[in-house]
Amino acid sequence: MNIIEKILANASGKQEVSPGDIVEANIDVAMTHDLTGPLAIKSFREIGAKKVWDSNKVVIILDHLVPASSVISAGLHKTVRNFAEEQNIKNFYDVGRGGVCHQVMPEKGHVRPGEVIVGSDSHTCTYGAFGAFATGIGSTEMAAVFATGKLWFRVPEVIKVNVRGKFQKLVTAKDLTLNIIGRIGADGAIYKGLEFGGSTIREMSIDGRMVLCNMAVEMGAKVGIIEPDQKTVDYVKARTDKPFNPIKSDTDATYERIVDVDITALEPQVAVPHSVDNVKPVSEVEDVNVDQAFIGSCTNGRLEDLRAAAQILKGKKIAKRIRLIVIPASQEIYLNAINEGLVKTFMDAGATVGNPNCGPCLGGHMGILAQGEACISTSNRNFIGRMGSTKSFVYLASPATVAASAITGKITDPRKAVKG
Amino acid sequence: MKLTINGKAIKFGDNVDTDVILPGPYLVHTDPNELAKHAMEGLDKKFPEKAADGVIVVGGKNFGCGSSREQAPIALKYSGVKCVLAESFARIFYRNSITIGLPVLVCAGVSSKVKEGDELAVDLQIGKVEDKTSGSVLQATMLPEFIMEVLEDGGLIEHLKRRFETE
Repeated sequence: MNIIEKILANASGKQEVSPGDIVEANIDVAMTHDLTGPLAIKSFREIGAKKVWDSNKVVIILDHLVPASSVISAGLHKTVRNFAEEQNIKNFYDVGRGGVCHQVMPEKGHVRPGEVIVGSDSHTCTYGAFGAFATGIGSTEMAAVFATGKLWFRVPEVIKVNVRGKFQKLVTAKDLTLNIIGRIGADGAIYKGLEFGGSTIREMSIDGRMVLCNMAVEMGAKVGIIEPDQKTVDYVKARTDKPFNPIKSDTDATYERIVDVDITALEPQVAVPHSVDNVKPVSEVEDVNVDQAFIGSCTNGRLEDLRAAAQILKGKKIAKRIRLIVIPASQEIYLNAINEGLVKTFMDAGATVGNPNCGPCLGGHMGILAQGEACISTSNRNFIGRMGSTKSFVYLASPATVAASAITGKITDPRKAVKG
Repeated sequence: MKLTINGKAIKFGDNVDTDVILPGPYLVHTDPNELAKHAMEGLDKKFPEKAADGVIVVGGKNFGCGSSREQAPIALKYSGVKCVLAESFARIFYRNSITIGLPVLVCAGVSSKVKEGDELAVDLQIGKVEDKTSGSVLQATMLPEFIMEVLEDGGLIEHLKRRFETE
C-alpha cells in the first residue's frame, strides 16, 4: 500500500484498503476557523449534539478576518470564542495568539505524521508536508466530526510526482508548485491523492514542502502528501510530546500514474488570471503592470519566504505607484522577522507590514482590489473577484518574484532584480 | 426531498470556482437567504433573479473548485437551484452539496448536449437526465445508496438527527 492507503487503513481498523473503498476513519485532529466555524457550530446545535467527541482533538483558530474587520465578523469571533469556552477547547488561538491556521497547526504541534486531520478549510491539505492524511471538509461535516469523531472517505487513487534536479538561484518551491499545477491542471487530480517524492523533495525545507502540499487542492486533490523523514521528525518532535507513527509507502506500492519532473532548467513561474493552472514562465509575462504586491498567506507567509523577499528588497525602494503588503503567517514568524531585521527591510522599502492573518488573499480585508487593478501575490488563487472587484486581476508567483515586481511596478524576474 | 426534479437549464463553463459562486466577503453571513442574494455573483449578478422559480445548473469540468465554503452550495440551493449537473465536480463542493441536501450529479456530455434554457427532467434514483426541449436522454452516474439516504432525509443534519434518535 502507499502512504495514503496505509494511513486510512490504520484509521479505520482495516488490514488493507484499495482505491474506491469507502472507509469510516477515526479523526485525530479537527480544525476550524472564524469563517467556517460559526456554520459548523450552528449545524452542531441543529444535530442536537451537546459535547464535542474529544475537546483535546479540536483546534480553533481565528485567522480570516483578524482582528475583527466589521461588526458582523466581530459577532462570528464571539460565537466561536464562546463555543471554545463552553466546550473546554484548550487549543483555541484567539487574536494575537496564533496566526494563519495552516501555519499555526504544525507550529503549535497539532500535526503529526500518520494522523488523519480534517479542517473546514480547503488548504488543510498543507499538513501532508508532515506525512499526515489531511483534507478540507465543509462546515456541517465538521459538525458531524465534532459530534462523532469519525468521517467517511473514499480511498483515493494516487498520483506520484517524482521531482529531481537542483533549483536555480532564486527559483523556489512556489515555482515548482505552480509548474506542477500547470502540468496536472486544475482538475487533473480531482478526488485523487498526490504523493510528492524524489531527491528534490528530500532536499527541500519544511517551509518549501508546505508550499507544495498547500496547493494540492488547486489540482482538485484530496490530499498532497510527502513521506516523513528525519527533517519531519525533528520539526514535529520540537513541537509536541505526543507520540506518532511515521508511516511510509511500501516499496511495492501502486499508483494510478507517475509524473516525473526535472527542475534543472525551471525558471520562475507565474499563474495568470483567472485560473491557477494558467501557468507561464515569468519571461512570458514580464512588463505586465501591477498596482499591488502581496507577500503572505498560508501558501507563502513563512520565514523562508520573508527572507527571500527581504534579500531582493534590501536597500531598495518599491515603485512609486505600487503598494506592497507583507503579512507574516504567524506570531512566531512575525517575531522572528522582526528579530532578523526583515520587517525593517520591508518598511524601509516602503511596504506596509500587517498582523498575522489571511489578509487580502480571499478579498476579506487589508488590501482589497479596485476595478481594473492588478495584484501580484504569493497566495494560492487567482479566480475572478478573489481579492476584490470582479474586474480585478491576480497573478500568483513566488515571494522573490513578488518582491522584484514591487520594485519595478511590473512583473519581473527576480534574477534580474538581484543582478541590478 | 423529491427524487424527480424538473427545471430550466442555466449553463456555466469549466472550473466554476466557489469564489464566483459565493464571493469571500459574503462568508460573514449565516442566513441562507442572505447568501442566496449573492449566488453566482462573480459571473452573473442577475442569477438569483433567474433562478428564483427553480432551475437546474449545468456546468462543465471541475464545478465548485476552490475553497471549502459550504456557503457556496447553500447560496445556490436557496436562490432556487434544484440540482447541479456537471461533467465533474471538485470534491469538497460535491460533499458539501450532498450534506446540505442539494442533489449533484456527474453527467458526461451534459455541457455539450444541453442548451441554455432547455427544460430538463432529472430522475435521481436511476440517474436519468431527460432534455425535454431537444428530446435527448443522458445517463448520469448514479449516486451510491448511502448518499441517496442523506439526500432523501434532506441533508446530513436531518440524517444524523434521525440516526441519533434511533440509536
